[in-house]
Amino acid sequence: MRDSRATRLLFKVGAILFALIVTTGVLFLAKAQPFAAYKYITLGALGSWDVVTNVFVSWVPLLLATSGLLVTFTVGLWNIGIEGQITLGAIFTTWAMRLLEHSGWNPTLILMLAVLAGMLGGALWAMLAGALKTFGGVNEIFGGLGLNFVATALNIWLIFGPWKRPGVASMSGTIPFDRSLWMPIAQGSSRLTPATLVMAIVGILVVYAMIEGTYFGLRLKAVGKNARSAHILGIPTWQYMMSSFAVCGIFAGVAGAVQVTAVYHRLIPSISSGYGYLGLMVAMLVGYRASLAAPVALFFAALNVGSIQLPIVLKLDSSLAGVLQGTLVLFVVLGQGVRSRILKKTKVKS
Amino acid sequence: MNNSALFVSLGGVLASAAPVLFAVIGETISERAGVLNLSMNGMILLSAMGSFAVALSTGSVVLGFLAGALIGALVSLVVVFASLTLLQSQVAVGFVLALLCRDLSYFLGSPIMGQVGPRISQLPIPGLEQIPVLGTILFRQDMMTYLSFILVILAWFFIFKTRPGLTLRGIGERPAAAFVRGANVNRLRYLYAVLGGAIAGLAGPIYSLSVKAGWKGTISGLDGIGWIVLSITIFGGWKPFRAAFGAYLFAFLQWLGLVLQPSLPSVPSQVLQVAPFPLMILTLLFVNIGNAEWVERSLARLPENVRRDIAKVLRAMNATPPAALGVPFEKE
Repeated sequence: MRDSRATRLLFKVGAILFALIVTTGVLFLAKAQPFAAYKYITLGALGSWDVVTNVFVSWVPLLLATSGLLVTFTVGLWNIGIEGQITLGAIFTTWAMRLLEHSGWNPTLILMLAVLAGMLGGALWAMLAGALKTFGGVNEIFGGLGLNFVATALNIWLIFGPWKRPGVASMSGTIPFDRSLWMPIAQGSSRLTPATLVMAIVGILVVYAMIEGTYFGLRLKAVGKNARSAHILGIPTWQYMMSSFAVCGIFAGVAGAVQVTAVYHRLIPSISSGYGYLGLMVAMLVGYRASLAAPVALFFAALNVGSIQLPIVLKLDSSLAGVLQGTLVLFVVLGQGVRSRILKKTKVKS
Repeated sequence: MNNSALFVSLGGVLASAAPVLFAVIGETISERAGVLNLSMNGMILLSAMGSFAVALSTGSVVLGFLAGALIGALVSLVVVFASLTLLQSQVAVGFVLALLCRDLSYFLGSPIMGQVGPRISQLPIPGLEQIPVLGTILFRQDMMTYLSFILVILAWFFIFKTRPGLTLRGIGERPAAAFVRGANVNRLRYLYAVLGGAIAGLAGPIYSLSVKAGWKGTISGLDGIGWIVLSITIFGGWKPFRAAFGAYLFAFLQWLGLVLQPSLPSVPSQVLQVAPFPLMILTLLFVNIGNAEWVERSLARLPENVRRDIAKVLRAMNATPPAALGVPFEKE
């Protein structure tokens, strides 16, 4: 077997088939009808213009998170703390909105400042994980996980404490912002906000250009491939790690800002909606390269939105989307291993 | 609170630490062999759900516990197969499995959510339970809590006092040297990772058949435990007794959060429940800071006697991971 585009594609297709087989098996185990489940997921994601716009609403924060993660993956860092960074972005955004909502300023200006505040929040939280890693020797995975829990606690404390609704605080979040302070919604749609779509598309293009076309990106790659030799060649490794954390935090912060200003219009306990972890999966699936991130994130968003109806129409839990996404990433990773094993054997023989 | 109620609750702290202990000891064995099993969080959820489902349909808690161990072993098998045989990143595979197993448990568990099933009962030890104070705290527990005490001692004895234990440390520390001395590194890594997975898998049924009996889906309160387990493993410095101390400290802090709740009405309960996490980060920082290069450099500048004292404190807290943790071994 030769290493070619064709064999690589073959393994990708194989991974998709295996993921479908396993998920179908899981559905049989749950005594459900697989074809009905797949049909309703497809209908739930593509059935009407309204659900299609919902897919894009979910695509924006997912792609933003993935874009940020591609930068940290390039320097070889596992930024699992991204969930907390999204949450802090949302908290800072809400804080700015609360500060300015009665100022009488132009709503567009307020929204722009709120997104900037979100960037700041995400970046600060990411740099905290970065500082723990570079100065404290705490592995970014464990530091990040701990910071995720702290961010959740901070968020819940704000919702139930200082920022609680007048009267009784509840899990439904803070009091919604005035309609004039919502991200403007496109005509003929109920939730689609063109401004956030632009942010996501510009974001992934910036990341692509940064990694593939700049000196900064080249150095990031050098650190990621071999931090020691990069250091010996005179690249200040820790500065590059810190900057990649900061960049990823900015993207996560924007994702949090989008959740607050365009999706929920308030702060809720689970404001990050798991987009950070899902972004890690998308980044793994695209082999940490920016070129495929947008379409794959769209597919994952479609699965998420498509499965929302499952509990109602088929009495199945909507976590089926996660099962399908998880098996898909797992088989792609396993497939890479099998492929390189076979390639190695053929090389030895020839 | 009067004293006897306090002792009963302290007994409860020991019981609620039992599943964490099993998981931490399992992970410690696996990481000692050089295999980082990051799937812990999803694996505990899946084994909790799976073992409850098995116990519910068969009426046997024993089969439930076996199912939990089996699920733990199988998930670990996927991690080692992907990393040792297929040479893929342990972190990547472990993380995917952490999410996949969590979603699987929610999906497959939804039909049995909220059902009342079998659970293991208290097993007071005759005689010993009469001892004042200690009897109430230590000897009115269930089987698995007693086993958790024994497990810590067994694991310590095995790792540090036996010949196979020496080899176990060898394959995680210097696999090449262990290989030269005749150890089949990869086979042993398979063995210990799967064994560690099976032990950790018992954490699930200890929750669903005892500590938090039943399966309640996303509100089970189990999501997150696995990540704590991984932090406690580091805090424990890959030593069973220190790990046990970490597990008890965590259980105690969570209990303290519940006790303090009435006296701090302004703080929502969800905040107190996560109070141990910032503490975990701080401890990770203390445990690791001695490894950082700049600390060594700045220490070198201090006067000799001060330096020696600080270095001593740092060394006491310090924990160094097995040198070959997460690194695949190839014979060439």
